[in-house]
Amino acid sequence: MKRAWIAVAAASALLLTACGDGGESTPTDGASAIINVGSVYEPQNLDNTAGGGQGVTEALNGNVYEGLFRLTDAGTVEPLLATAHTVSEDGLTYTFTLAQGVTFHSGKALTSADVKASIERVTAETSKSARRSNLSVISAIATPDDRTVTVTLSKPSISFVYHLSYVWIVNTAAGDLSTTADGTGPYKLGEWKRGATLSLTRNDAYWGASKAKNAGAVYHYYTDATALNNALLTNAIDVVTSEQSPDALAQFESNPLYTINEGTSTTKLLLAFNDRVAPFDKPQVRKAVSAAIDNAKLLTSIWGEYGTLIGSMVPPGDPWYEDLTSVNAYDVEAAKKLLAEGGVGGGFTFTLDTPNYDPHPTAATFIKSELAKIGVTVEINTITSDEWYTKVYQQRDFQATMQEHVNDRDVVWYGNPDFYWGYSNATVTDLVAQAEAAKTEADQAALLKQANKIIAEEAASDWLYLYPQIVVASSSLSGYPLNGRNSQFFVYDIVKS
Amino acid sequence: MVRYLIRRTALLLASLALAGVALFVLLRLLPGDPVNALLSVGATDAQIAAARRELGTDAPLATQFLAWLGDVATFDLGSSLISRLPVGPEIAARLPVTVPLTLAGFVLAVLIAVPVGFLAAYRADRWDGPLLNGVAQLGLAVPAFWVGLLLVSVFALNLRVLPAGGFPPAGWSDPAASVEALTLPVITIALVMSASLIRYVRAATLDVLGSDFLRTARALGSSLPAAMWRHGLRNAAAPVIAVLAIELATTFLGAVVIESVFALPGLGSMLIRAISQRDYPVIQGVMLVSTFAVLAVGFLGDLAQRVADPRLLRGHR
Repeated sequence: MKRAWIAVAAASALLLTACGDGGESTPTDGASAIINVGSVYEPQNLDNTAGGGQGVTEALNGNVYEGLFRLTDAGTVEPLLATAHTVSEDGLTYTFTLAQGVTFHSGKALTSADVKASIERVTAETSKSARRSNLSVISAIATPDDRTVTVTLSKPSISFVYHLSYVWIVNTAAGDLSTTADGTGPYKLGEWKRGATLSLTRNDAYWGASKAKNAGAVYHYYTDATALNNALLTNAIDVVTSEQSPDALAQFESNPLYTINEGTSTTKLLLAFNDRVAPFDKPQVRKAVSAAIDNAKLLTSIWGEYGTLIGSMVPPGDPWYEDLTSVNAYDVEAAKKLLAEGGVGGGFTFTLDTPNYDPHPTAATFIKSELAKIGVTVEINTITSDEWYTKVYQQRDFQATMQEHVNDRDVVWYGNPDFYWGYSNATVTDLVAQAEAAKTEADQAALLKQANKIIAEEAASDWLYLYPQIVVASSSLSGYPLNGRNSQFFVYDIVKS
Repeated sequence: MVRYLIRRTALLLASLALAGVALFVLLRLLPGDPVNALLSVGATDAQIAAARRELGTDAPLATQFLAWLGDVATFDLGSSLISRLPVGPEIAARLPVTVPLTLAGFVLAVLIAVPVGFLAAYRADRWDGPLLNGVAQLGLAVPAFWVGLLLVSVFALNLRVLPAGGFPPAGWSDPAASVEALTLPVITIALVMSASLIRYVRAATLDVLGSDFLRTARALGSSLPAAMWRHGLRNAAAPVIAVLAIELATTFLGAVVIESVFALPGLGSMLIRAISQRDYPVIQGVMLVSTFAVLAVGFLGDLAQRVADPRLLRGHR
């Protein structure tokens, strides 16, 4: 009897499986393929100057919109809509020549007026771009002819061209771009089904030399990491842009149908002290706390074999990277001594404002147990992302906090004494300013290296670890970006075989 | 009955108005700022202030409230502070997911719960009655998301007969894919919901089985099934309908979790996102629509109860 039941169950399972496989039969490879991309970052709106967020960069940057320059996945800045540019001797005047024959998706030809208006969208008072202040050096933009744009700066800025890589060149006539798009990229915006999908279709009239290698892409959005991974396991999506769930990786590791790629990440997990308030205004105390936390153990417990230890804000891969993991390395005895030097030898209590989403609560608990060993008591205060922005970022009403800092090249924030963490060191501020005014990239790198070393030695913050940047894809896929630099995800070279 | 209808409709509208006002006030009392969702690390104080001016969240509460009242009075739910899209059409776009999901889950739950609950009562003194009741009790303790994950694991990941989540971009113009997408979520809702319903049906049936009128009917020569059909069903129905109305409302609200597990673009996922962004017009819009749905279901439930058991109308003559 029992055996009969098992046979029936097995037979029905087989039958069901057979039915399930019969459904899909559309041609899905090569240039006619649609690439299904899975992500947890749905755009908030479609405008990167109106608070579209990380999701809008991921979906539209380089795909629908292009800049004068492109930040490649490898981290280099290359010409895109500007085919050539010259810089005046004093470093204050940039002259850009626009590529020929560029049209927007609406059919309108690109002119220098569009470029001027596009830059001004980012620098406008109502711009919500987090990078607005980086472009505040612009004092004037002129358009001598249709294909020439001249930008005058108030002081030299070696990163100016880099910063232009995230300024979308949009059609001035397009109006409000929060729900529509009109760019020059290899894809046109298809349809945005809020809460579910955003589709891109190949722009067959693309101006560039090489058109997209697939027919289009559909970004599928998930709020739940398990749902995202299940979608990949059932082939509903082909690739996950950035895997945020360490536990899920095991199911892909042993499966030849999937490829796990660990790229170069720029996302740093910080234990950020409020350097304005006691006892964290004393470098010895910050160093003591940094030395008392075993970052290697924390990283392993969260990410297993993935991720990288960093001793400062600069990740490997940046021209001004230096291995500083030995500065304030894990050493409980040294930490106790430093604590005494800082005048709090008997220990102290502080509140750690901890964002309520992974991995912050886990890391906070770990920090609490580590610091107990040197007599420091941590009171964990769990807050939402919204509270973090109000309480910590704007009001600076905190003792210490945790935060993931995703941006590329953000070590320069230590040069701003008004930044939320309140690190104030005239030498560092000066070095950052000098680096920005540097004549060559080698000079810039040398100066930022010095600044980076000082903040590490003073433990301006404790850089717990660098997140891994993991792209998991179906093994039939190739040509996808690995590094997710500035949250970009170019889909135009992806090929499904 | 007409007087009852008028009174009940007035009550419905008053509750809705009260809920709307309470919602507005409570939302503003909660700490939070929609500007935070639009800005990221790197934004300057000047940018934050400019954004607040632009969204109008720096205006006095009374001004904001009057503006909102004016909008609602003209059936305009306003526009999202984050996506800038009008809230009404956004909600309408989500209903084709949430409404079928809730209704189908509810109907399936009733189809499971009524016979099972009846059997559990009818055979209460045998081995299978208590067993059914025991399984239902166990079901109550299982969280909905866990049932969802289990079903995904079996039918999507292993057997590969149904999708693990998502909703076809074409929506209901692709009916087969839409039904496939909703199958597991509907079963999840039905299973979880039937667990509590079974117990109500069982209790109501037990009451009727032990009642004097049923004993009388049987003494007059009716068989038990005939007596149950003629006298028992109506009597058991009234309390079950009351519970059903509440359960339907709970399902509607509980769909929030299910939508997240199955990545469905419904009202629930819209609400969760809006709350985390403090997108007041969207929260208010979704809550107003769902409050209306819950109140309307309660209203219909009360009516149905009075049709099933006219004795309840007596108090209102």
